Amino acid sequence: MNGTEPVLLGVRHHGPGSARAVRAALEQCAPAAVLIEGPPEADALAPLAGRPDMRPPVALLAHVRDDPGRAAFWPLAEFSPEWVALRWALEHDVPVRFIDLPAAHSLAWAEPEPATGRGPAADVAPGPAADAVPGSPSPSGLHVDPIGVLAEAAGYDDAERWWEDVVEHRSADGTAADALAPFAALAEAMAALRETYGDGGHDRDPVREAHMRLRLRAARREFGDGVAVVCGAWHVPALTRRTTVTADRQLLKGLPKVKADLTWVPWTHRRLSRSSGYGAGIASPGWYGHLFGAPDRPVERWMTRAAGLLRAEDYAVSPAHVIEAVRLAEGLATVRGRPLAGLAETMDAIRAVMGDGSDAPSALIHDRLVVGDALGEVPDEAPAVPLQRDIARTRRTLRLTPEASAREVELDLRKETDAGRSRLLHRLRLLGVPWGEPVHARGSTGTFRETWRLCWEPELSVRVAEAGIWGTTVLSAATAKAVADANAATALADVTVRAENCLLAGLPDALPEVMRALADRAALDTDVGRLAQALPALVRSVRYGDVRGTDGAALREVATGLAERIFVGLPPACAGLDADGAAAMRRHLDATQQAVALLGQPENAAATGRGDRTVPGDGLRDRWAQVLRTVAERDGLPGLLRGRAARLLLDDGRLGEGGVERLMGLALSPGAEPAEAAGWIEGFAGGGDGGGILLVHDERLLALVDGWLTRVPAAAFTDVLPLLRRTFADYDEGVRRTLGELVRRGPAAGGPGPAGSGPDDEVPIPGFGPGLDRDRAAAVLPTLHLLLGMGREGCDCGRGHGCDHRRDRVQGRDRGGDEAGGAAAVGAGQRSNEPVGAGR
Amino acid sequence: MSENTVRAAGGEARETVGAEPLRPHAEETFAAELAALAAADDRPRPERWRLSPWAVATYLLGGTLADGTVITPKYVGPRRTVEVAVTTLATDRALLLLGVPGTAKTWVSEHLAAAVSGDSTLLVQGTAGTPEEAIRYGWNYAQLLANGPSREALVPSPVMRAMAQGMTARVEELTRIPADVQDTLITVLSEKTLPIPELGQEVQAVRGFNLIATANDRDRGVNELSSALRRRFNTVVLPLPQTPDAEVDIVSRRVEQIGRSLGLPAAPEGLDEIRRVVTVFRELRGGVTADGRTKVKSPSGTLSTAEAISVVTNGLALATHFGDGVLRPGDVAAGILGAVVRDPAADRVVWQEYVETVVRERDGWKDFYRACREVSA
Repeated sequence: MNGTEPVLLGVRHHGPGSARAVRAALEQCAPAAVLIEGPPEADALAPLAGRPDMRPPVALLAHVRDDPGRAAFWPLAEFSPEWVALRWALEHDVPVRFIDLPAAHSLAWAEPEPATGRGPAADVAPGPAADAVPGSPSPSGLHVDPIGVLAEAAGYDDAERWWEDVVEHRSADGTAADALAPFAALAEAMAALRETYGDGGHDRDPVREAHMRLRLRAARREFGDGVAVVCGAWHVPALTRRTTVTADRQLLKGLPKVKADLTWVPWTHRRLSRSSGYGAGIASPGWYGHLFGAPDRPVERWMTRAAGLLRAEDYAVSPAHVIEAVRLAEGLATVRGRPLAGLAETMDAIRAVMGDGSDAPSALIHDRLVVGDALGEVPDEAPAVPLQRDIARTRRTLRLTPEASAREVELDLRKETDAGRSRLLHRLRLLGVPWGEPVHARGSTGTFRETWRLCWEPELSVRVAEAGIWGTTVLSAATAKAVADANAATALADVTVRAENCLLAGLPDALPEVMRALADRAALDTDVGRLAQALPALVRSVRYGDVRGTDGAALREVATGLAERIFVGLPPACAGLDADGAAAMRRHLDATQQAVALLGQPENAAATGRGDRTVPGDGLRDRWAQVLRTVAERDGLPGLLRGRAARLLLDDGRLGEGGVERLMGLALSPGAEPAEAAGWIEGFAGGGDGGGILLVHDERLLALVDGWLTRVPAAAFTDVLPLLRRTFADYDEGVRRTLGELVRRGPAAGGPGPAGSGPDDEVPIPGFGPGLDRDRAAAVLPTLHLLLGMGREGCDCGRGHGCDHRRDRVQGRDRGGDEAGGAAAVGAGQRSNEPVGAGR
Repeated sequence: MSENTVRAAGGEARETVGAEPLRPHAEETFAAELAALAAADDRPRPERWRLSPWAVATYLLGGTLADGTVITPKYVGPRRTVEVAVTTLATDRALLLLGVPGTAKTWVSEHLAAAVSGDSTLLVQGTAGTPEEAIRYGWNYAQLLANGPSREALVPSPVMRAMAQGMTARVEELTRIPADVQDTLITVLSEKTLPIPELGQEVQAVRGFNLIATANDRDRGVNELSSALRRRFNTVVLPLPQTPDAEVDIVSRRVEQIGRSLGLPAAPEGLDEIRRVVTVFRELRGGVTADGRTKVKSPSGTLSTAEAISVVTNGLALATHFGDGVLRPGDVAAGILGAVVRDPAADRVVWQEYVETVVRERDGWKDFYRACREVSA
């Protein structure tokens, strides 16, 4: 170059070939200053890039000072030409200037984005296909893709591939005599394009380019003409255009402006590869990094790396595989008429040679090599990330001061400020900044109260800086983190916990994504146990969402889907279990029962209201009852589970007249294995949830158990004894004593009454004494009214009001002996279809 | 050596000269296209190849030549797959075409051999009873007894002939062949030589020799390839039809053909039902619903297009003989159940889950849901 004109290096952002070419060109012409397309506010930050503890990928982050949610990123990878130019300049002590439109304007220009703060980033970060056009390839607008036009002219249908073939792979040789020749050719092509298309629909470009020209003029005044400019190839023709200073100034007049702060933040290859949000839309940063880093024979080296990765994952991959894969990739490149095997060829070759027809190795390589795990580093001196500011701001609003000494705070979630505090603490916990730890509230069990233990350790500041990678505000960062966590979680239960977190932390935007992850995990999980474990937490979330007024429709849908899967899988999963397995399954039965009860209520109401489900027996609870019936009646399942299922059906009032007697009779008939029968009794009557009371009051059931017990042969008795002991030992002492007395007394005088089920509730319930002892039943009504929050007027016990509680208690004592009498009345009330039954 | 003499040596000469064969070979049916391609093809050809790899790919995928000759597409599928297959034949490694039934493995293999070597008849059909002689060589016992072992008494296999002439050999259904017989191929593919110890001789492969095997690794009753053999192959998986419409098209066309030969009436009203069968098959096979929003478990069966065809044909027969001739959900539900539930325990759960979580919720599928409930009960 003649030295009188600045050297214009038009590049493709994130193009490894461009990066090499830029380095060669800079070496050749040794400019006095390097001008780079980027926000000029970053001039002061440039020296940080030369620090040894600065490692790409990193990004320049600009954000509005008072509103960190409005932010923009300029990601730089090791193979980005801008990064190469920056490092070259710092190594050679050459001044660096960023010449693009100041972030103060571009941020103000970008429309304020709500909450997620995504929009501006996508807007300012270099776009994917329009790589030579940094700036604003907004998805909606009809913009010209310059590379696409050139590629089409060359007969390529894929712009990326054309660029690789013509520019990246060619200049990868690095042996060209004149390092500037490719740039000159490209500038010519771009000039031709811009003659046709003008600014190509990128309406901000004239302003940006005017600013670039002004900065270029200033640099020429300061450093002389020997400066080099590294910018998107698209802008090169604009920089050579002859315009007047006044005209350029005119363009820049009256631009909106905000206060902007800039800093360096660490970046990852995965984020570079994202085509939306903060990504740069580079599909294969790992591959580009490899092309840039490999000194020679890139395909051979790539295959060797792929083979190494596969070997580490226990695939049998030999050097012969590598040789064949390289050959196939080169052959493919020839067939497809490409100068060098590209990513598509190498991946095809790997699939055919190393994959044995399976997609798993290719997927692994795509994830680990093509995209890659690279994580950047930024020196501690880099200015604070916006997330820190956002936390500080929120903290001030909520009047929470960070203190090093631990203290406990009680939050009343019904108050606006406390709810905000709770959300902040939950969000920070999600982000791995455990400023507060939830502790179990003393005394109160209400869902509107939370107790936190707050302690601000100095190291938390570091954690905040690390969390800055997730977003610029606490909300957006926590949302991004929750989604990423849910997608990365392997266990179903982890995802349900995330869902709960999202509700607690108030992250409505994360919820659909987390739900999708949950539904996917649930669909592929074959273990009914894990599904049943996940269900309660999810149903809790549904309830919680209902309480908070969040839209629980999505949650409910997923929870219902999960329940459906349990229904289908449960009966087969109950077969062939040993004692421990059956015990675990019993817990799952109970958990599902509770969850379904919670989940089923509103749905039933809605279904009857709308009536859009016409398939009979469609209610969730009906189907659950069907499943329980299957379990209760199927031979060969463990007695414990059949008994439990029978009991759950009984409690729900789903066993018709005589149903429970029939089931128990079958299970305890002489043909049944004694151990199985004992298991049945444990499942049916075991545990502390009133099984004993049931036996006390239903004499027919007690008679069945009694009859079976006397029939157990002596040899088998010792076998069933532990089971029976486990069943009966859990009962309250009073229940045990009553049972004993009942058995000693023998069957009640009247014996089981005739079966009757008329509307007249004076007809005795089978197994119970004739007539309802209204006086005794009335004893519990005042308490029940209190519990149900009903006025006493609402009571329809069929008796005059004003029943004397104390007198009835005394009467109960006369007959039952102790508190069991009171409880017995509750039991009786339930069985008689009085409204008190709803208390269960 | 001309094609005719090759055939004669193989003992495959046609009995009745002049009669039109039921199904001519690919290289005969498309002789004109192959000739046009060879004339237009100016790219470098590997030794003994009739066409360059580019021209072979064009022959399979179709296109228009510079002189205006239209090449009909023989295979409708991803270009990348075909390019990998063709390029593999130009390397050291043999080509293994994998795929579930009905993905045109044999069809592709025949056309590849026809385009590369101009001869698709050097074929070993793999069965459970394929002997080693079918891959190596056999003996003409009359000659052997009369004159003792000699090259004249030796009956070469298609593979041996392909090696000697630098042609493309084909092995169909490789995984149906017993494992010990499969392994005969190892020497052929790695050493490129076939020893004849009885004569103290060997047949060495000349340039241009390669082998295309087809296999179906999801069927039952297959013999897995040993890893030693597998290493000699590049694997290309032929995908199932990419779009539902393409698959519906294939199924309805085949059903119509089969139906005609079975004397079943054409059932254009059944297209909805065919679409439903294809949707169910695709969703279960792919593990995700058609809208891509819900994942489902995949059963152990292959659920190939071929099975979908048989489900619809069966349903049509049911409808014709026991119904009113219109294909209804009830007619296909039992068939689908049979195709999906191959493992009585695990697959049944998969199926029921699918019915309860996907079918039940879908608009307009109520009849089908009921039918599924009926047959699963």
